[in-house]
Amino acid sequence: MDKNINITLKVWRQKGPKEKGAFETYQLKDISQGSSFLEMLDVLNEQLINEGKEPVVFDHDCREGICGMCSLYIDGHPHGPDQSTTTCQLHMRKFEDGATITIEPWRSAGFPVIRDLMVDRNAYDKIIQAGGFVSVNTGGVPDANAIPIPKKDADLAMDAAACISCGACAAACKNGSAMLFVSAKVSQLALLPQGRVEAARRAKAMVAKMDELGFGNCTNTRACEMECPKDISISNIARLNREFISAKLQD
Amino acid sequence: MTKIDSKIPQGPLAEKWTNYKNHQKLVNPANKRRLDVIVVGTGLAGASAAASLAEMGFNVLNFCIQDSPRRAHSIAAQGGINAAKNYQNDGDSVYRLFYDTIKGGDYRAREANVYRLAEVSNAIIDQCVAQGVPFAREYGGLLDNRSFGGAQVSRTFYARGQTGQQLLLGAYSALSRQIGLGKVKMYTRYEMVDVVKVEGRARGIIARNLVTGKLERFAAHAVVVATGGYVNTFFLSTNAMASNGSAVWRCYKKGAWFANPCMVQIHPTCIPVHGEFQSKLTLMSESLRNDGRIWVPKKLEDAKAIREGRLKPTDLKEEDRDYYLERRYPAFGNLVPRDVASRAAKERCDAGYGVGNTGLAVYLDFSDAINRLGKHVVEARYGNLFQMYEKIVDDNPYETPMMIFPALHYSMGGLWVDYELQTSVPGLFAIGEANFSDHGANRLGASALMQGLADGYFVLPYTIQNYLADQIRVPRFSTDLPEFAEAEKGIRDRINRLMSIKGKRSVDSIHKELGHIMWEYVGMARNAEGLKVAIQKMKDLKKEFWNNVYIPGKGDDLNVELEKALRLADFIEIGELMAHDSYDRAESCGGHFREEHQTPEGEALRHDDEFSYVSCWEYQGEDKDPVMLKEPLDYEFIVRQQRNYKS
Repeated sequence: MDKNINITLKVWRQKGPKEKGAFETYQLKDISQGSSFLEMLDVLNEQLINEGKEPVVFDHDCREGICGMCSLYIDGHPHGPDQSTTTCQLHMRKFEDGATITIEPWRSAGFPVIRDLMVDRNAYDKIIQAGGFVSVNTGGVPDANAIPIPKKDADLAMDAAACISCGACAAACKNGSAMLFVSAKVSQLALLPQGRVEAARRAKAMVAKMDELGFGNCTNTRACEMECPKDISISNIARLNREFISAKLQD
Repeated sequence: MTKIDSKIPQGPLAEKWTNYKNHQKLVNPANKRRLDVIVVGTGLAGASAAASLAEMGFNVLNFCIQDSPRRAHSIAAQGGINAAKNYQNDGDSVYRLFYDTIKGGDYRAREANVYRLAEVSNAIIDQCVAQGVPFAREYGGLLDNRSFGGAQVSRTFYARGQTGQQLLLGAYSALSRQIGLGKVKMYTRYEMVDVVKVEGRARGIIARNLVTGKLERFAAHAVVVATGGYVNTFFLSTNAMASNGSAVWRCYKKGAWFANPCMVQIHPTCIPVHGEFQSKLTLMSESLRNDGRIWVPKKLEDAKAIREGRLKPTDLKEEDRDYYLERRYPAFGNLVPRDVASRAAKERCDAGYGVGNTGLAVYLDFSDAINRLGKHVVEARYGNLFQMYEKIVDDNPYETPMMIFPALHYSMGGLWVDYELQTSVPGLFAIGEANFSDHGANRLGASALMQGLADGYFVLPYTIQNYLADQIRVPRFSTDLPEFAEAEKGIRDRINRLMSIKGKRSVDSIHKELGHIMWEYVGMARNAEGLKVAIQKMKDLKKEFWNNVYIPGKGDDLNVELEKALRLADFIEIGELMAHDSYDRAESCGGHFREEHQTPEGEALRHDDEFSYVSCWEYQGEDKDPVMLKEPLDYEFIVRQQRNYKS
């Protein structure tokens, strides 16, 4: 049964990308365990505002685990200690009365801090812009049932397409690699006949952009897979490697 | 009185859109390069429009408030998208989709618009498949369908419980391709704070850079608003935290009419409210009603025992359960439209049969489906929704029924647009949920995705050319024009005024108060007395806000509280207009239920002789009452009836 708990928060505060940050400590009383982690931060901010202080800046939007906007490193884990969960779906019942909770932004070369816990993830958009699409214009496409697709392939493509681009994979990786993210999109489209046509070009272009933007290499530690809120499998990375090598061999 | 021209093309219903396209003006490729279009918003409508316009050759400037265009709230749509493909051979057709949508909307939408929507629905599915959207498939490799409320056919295409996500990512991928090609200039973390008119036409916007806090000016030949709906007026809704009505409200204040503001949808299957700290409500997809059965205890004493924790729902025998939707609406059962299902839940809870510790919940039970189909089938269909429920409520829906209650979900009302999706301000267009056009007084499930993508892929890219064809000789505008300077100054003054209040209350505390007023008086059941109270309370709240809000930080810096305050200032005014419109519309229709106007069985009672019109509200100036214009709704092709989901 949910009860109310008292907690101590250590929150990373940083004014801007080039400024020095530090942890600030806050006490919160009577937090309902039925509230979500972000609702707990709402309570903290309400408290700060009532004290005339500046609230903690953090990204969030849909609060139902799908938009990918929330991005907190909680007690050493992206999206906190719970499995298969975004920060917004993490609930305070996962924490004990009297707990001290440490909250940091994503820390990765690819995601510079904007303020406090808010980071810049434009790099992921740029990788998609390099090739994460099928080159079709609106209109003039065949009937949706013209090409049957084996259910198994469609399901695997859907598994990969569930990525929400939150950045937890790169934030969790000791090399700051974006391979899980890139491989999810490459896999989704490589598995479908519609995306197969440009598969080679796509794999090369997206990997090149990822390297250019300063993301590290993959050394198969599987930290990304462990921390991914949507359970994206690293078998996608294996598929990306196959796609990439066969594309290079065609050159 | 202003005569409203909705520009419906002549001819038989099924030929109107074809006739329009055959005779509209087009812009040739060389001229397209010389024309700029601003698209505000990157949801299904905004992203698909921006991508399609850029593919055609226009220069597009696209804005979103999130850090990436892929995060727009369309992403959270779960259940599916309708189309009249008739792949299931169950008798579906364009006409039937049109008819169901008009009827579902309780005969308060335009026939011609809705027919066009049904007509282009099939092309949307083709387009999405071509983009690599991984829709659910049968073992034979063809596309699968499921059923949604208000229809007797299976016409809903889906991608697990994440259809909105997959469709949005399809549109986002098309948009990303155009950004990569340089045809779309993307502005993320920018919020439109005003629209700029030059000589009566929309020619640009003022946007606030949310990272630096600076105001910036952008000019274009046309402006398209695709910023979604306004149900966050209620504070608690299924919308995202940042979803807001401000872009639409700024357009209204610049002369665009606001149509049917009272028409908002309350979704029957959401996770019930559990505490004061709650920041939003989570939807459980309507698709769950395919296999879930809704019930409350038949006996008052059982309901009381459950509320007090002395009895568990699984203890109740079959004959002690009241499957009230199946009882009241045998023909549609658990798949009645959303407004009907929501009111039926409220009726049972008001009568004392509600469950959960607040008594404001009903059961959605899967035990029959699990017995009939097996747990693995139910898991394959709804696994992610069950997981989400368990994370939030800490209950296992495979073992005990879910608890659900209605919550604010969608606004059918919005900016008035003509058949070309142009507002009453020339050059200003509105698409997707931001406009009022296709859903009448109630939207059917899986139709929002359809309308957003129809507007963005297949309607606006045509109709906007009819406007832009006249603009090819108009050179690009300078943002140094006095109109831009004046609009920017207006916003700067507004921000300075807000920052200088230095009162005692946080933005959220006032927003929650607004939400309580809205839910109490302008929610699921409304009456004339209550609406008058609501209007007075909102006038008082507006004063409180402008005298007692406290915003920390600076106006020209990253400032989340200021962003929220600017939106709340508009929400309070939107709430007031919703109450006015609800008061004026002395009938019940779809999501708008006036207690004084119901049938003896408690169903919505329309008054077609008096209220068969779109109410179009025109702004008259600060502290003046807006004027209401009427666009009559003439039904040429179908006969209006009282909606019947019983037989």
